[in-house]
Amino acid sequence: MPLALKTYPTLAEAGSALSDAGARYIGGGTLVVRAANEGDVSLSTFVRSTDPELSVIKVEGGRATIGASVAMSAVARHPDLSAIAKAARAVGGPAIRNMATVGGNLFAAAPYGDFAVALLALDATVHTTAGDLGIEEFLAGRDGRVVAGVSFAVPPAENFRFVKVSRVKPKGVAVLSIAAVIEADAGKVRSARIALGCMADRPIRARSAEKALAGATLREEDVAPAVAAIGEGVHPITDAIASAWYRAEVLPVHFRRLLLE
Amino acid sequence: MKLAKSYFADQRKDDLKELGQGLQRADVPGHVTGKTTYFADRHFPGTLYLKMVRSPHHHARIRKVDLSEAEKHPGVHRILTHKDIPHNLYTILILIQVGPEDEHVLAEDKVRWKGEAIVAVLADSERAANEAAAKVKIDYEVLPAVLDIESALAPDAPIVNEHHGQNFYMYDSGPSRKVRFGDVEKGFAEADHILEQTYFSSPIEQAPMETTGCIVVPEGNDRFTCYTNTQAMFFTLDNTSIILQMPGHKLHMVGGTVGGGFGGKVDVTVEPIAILAAKMTGRPVSFVYSRYEEMQISSPRAAEKIVLKDGVMKDGRIVARQVWGYTDAGAYSRHSPYGAQKGAAHYPGPYTIPNVWVDTWCVYTNRTPSSAMRGFGVTIADFALEVQMDKLARLIGMDPLEFRFINAYRDGDMKAHRQETTGAALIECMQEASRVANWPVAEKYLKMSSYGEA
Amino acid sequence: MAKVPVQFTLNGEEKAEFVDAGATLIKVLRDKLGDTSPKGGCNQGTCGSCSVIIDGELRLSCLTLAETCNGADILTTGGLARDGVLHPLQRAFMDEFAAQCGFCTPGMIMAAKALLDSNPKPTREDVIDALSGNICRCTGYEPIIRAVLTAARSNSQNAA
Repeated sequence: MPLALKTYPTLAEAGSALSDAGARYIGGGTLVVRAANEGDVSLSTFVRSTDPELSVIKVEGGRATIGASVAMSAVARHPDLSAIAKAARAVGGPAIRNMATVGGNLFAAAPYGDFAVALLALDATVHTTAGDLGIEEFLAGRDGRVVAGVSFAVPPAENFRFVKVSRVKPKGVAVLSIAAVIEADAGKVRSARIALGCMADRPIRARSAEKALAGATLREEDVAPAVAAIGEGVHPITDAIASAWYRAEVLPVHFRRLLLE
Repeated sequence: MKLAKSYFADQRKDDLKELGQGLQRADVPGHVTGKTTYFADRHFPGTLYLKMVRSPHHHARIRKVDLSEAEKHPGVHRILTHKDIPHNLYTILILIQVGPEDEHVLAEDKVRWKGEAIVAVLADSERAANEAAAKVKIDYEVLPAVLDIESALAPDAPIVNEHHGQNFYMYDSGPSRKVRFGDVEKGFAEADHILEQTYFSSPIEQAPMETTGCIVVPEGNDRFTCYTNTQAMFFTLDNTSIILQMPGHKLHMVGGTVGGGFGGKVDVTVEPIAILAAKMTGRPVSFVYSRYEEMQISSPRAAEKIVLKDGVMKDGRIVARQVWGYTDAGAYSRHSPYGAQKGAAHYPGPYTIPNVWVDTWCVYTNRTPSSAMRGFGVTIADFALEVQMDKLARLIGMDPLEFRFINAYRDGDMKAHRQETTGAALIECMQEASRVANWPVAEKYLKMSSYGEA
Repeated sequence: MAKVPVQFTLNGEEKAEFVDAGATLIKVLRDKLGDTSPKGGCNQGTCGSCSVIIDGELRLSCLTLAETCNGADILTTGGLARDGVLHPLQRAFMDEFAAQCGFCTPGMIMAAKALLDSNPKPTREDVIDALSGNICRCTGYEPIIRAVLTAARSNSQNAA
């Protein structure tokens, strides 16, 4: 079946078209056009919406709402999103960042999806045509829902930590990525949300490490229990970049560095 | 960087006009304007796209190939199987009498590596070719596979390639290429220390920017123009001529700028089948590896296992070196019998050692056939040799560079292959390296020369 | 196969074509419009050889559907020289030996142009970041980085 592109003014219409066999939503094309180029014959129709709302970034009252079609480069250069810009800059090279969308990143299978790791640590809400849901619930299903955008409370820059580890410098596919939103009172961690990339087929929370970090200071001797717990429940992927064994081995090393940076 | 003209100053006139000068490449204006023509920068109306259906198994018997659904797929023009190939069994180096022929252009009864070509689908779009390829049904009986050198050489290992009869190449010298010089056992008996170490390497993909491929245009009169990015034009021409049983003058091979090769484009994998496809359909045919195929299907540098055993004296002299080198050819010979032989010619490295014993083997496994890549046969050998040199220096508590000065071959030394060393210049290179790298060595080494003690 | 119309500007020239539905921009540029400067090194967004500039932004033509480019302004390395006069980047790539096999070169030059268009005086780190989506396998990155910095200097000298 030859390929086709169907364009709709609204996301709802695009959503309906996705029920056709072989239809897949196209954002920037970095996932689905790649799949088609590589001979994925299960894909026959690209579906998109040109609704301008999908390309809007709004930051009001400390809360950011980012449309699903917003590209990584737009997030990275937005003056009110500088606190999380490094997560957007971690995606691809410049060309990919001009194409890859926030919505698409939520569907990227590991080792891709570095920005979704950040969104998980930010505890974002995912707005879909079928209503809003928490990002963890969204990622668990990642079913046929059509994403309109995401929203989250913009953390102070010092509370947001992010690292993407690659073997190629300065940029390469992730060995792993870690995002953390850490709130502290008088040097002691009040709450921590930690998200990991490449530690499963999709981003996951590191709940044991989060608990172990509560009440601790971010000093070498205090972070040890959290570092020891970071690998609990992970099932790292194995691919051409690294084996599951290697990813699990280096995860505590990079997590410790991220906490002490 | 400047030329160190003080070395061998009396041996040449100081009239170098090109060395040390910046020169513009002849082809660079084309590169920067995007006008350089690579094989794929051509588009012919009516082109058919060739998609190869490949084995998903490392080792399997093919019970049945069912093309019925694929042949009916819209846009499909023809599907080629082994029955269409005039001379289906080949080996590249048969041109220089290195047999036996051991590889099928398209698999017949068996596949011996994951990715082996089985049938070729020709359709009028890449999309249709991919869709039809997905409809080819092949029934396999999966066989036990050997995936490394050691299991391939184990006593009860399954035979990878029946054309060889055992899991190694049989040279005219026996199961290995051999170097015998002096008496290693005597050398080991005299040595103050003996160090035996084993080194392993993995296959390495050349990863050129431009993937392997060709476009073939039927010119009428049963003559075909093949635009190809092969690095080995005449290997390709002659092997294609044998495989297709067509005289060479029917085959017009057009090369040109290659978008990176590094040895990855010296095998003959796309041209014969694409030319046959153009012949059978009368249409231009494009067969270009996807990036996946380039990484997984095109032959990489071989994996190697190297065992080095050295006898060394406290004063730094290596008195015996024994080498067992194993090259993992994958399932077929390609260039690996030659690669393993190159290893034998390269050991014991650029050192003068009175007692040397070398055996190099070309071993068959159910892996992607390996072949040429930048200095294949010697690059991994040098890795092992130089790591071993560092370990030996450490063992006797000597500076690793001074240890190499002591053992470096110099003009007039007899090499293990019974050729007298000439034009060595290794001493002088190390002297300059010592200065440039700011790695001081004792004055006596700086006074040495390739012509003997100063 | 269904054909769809596309119309855009390529290196300053109006182009209108009927193309296969779902065709990528690289395929249309190369097979329909004869501009073979974008190269298909991976067709998966990894190598950067197909980089082009669309409405001022660096993009990958292998992952861009041609139909989404209606009304766009597209620049490629194939159209960079004007009336036979090379762009400073092209000059610098020649002078600095920044192209060996040449396959990655058109993409490298587009990535570098996108950088210099927005940041005329880049640091070495800026250049490295701007080229981080482009792979080279034979020239080596140092001559390429040098060429971009050289072009930036010659640009600013011309402007002064």
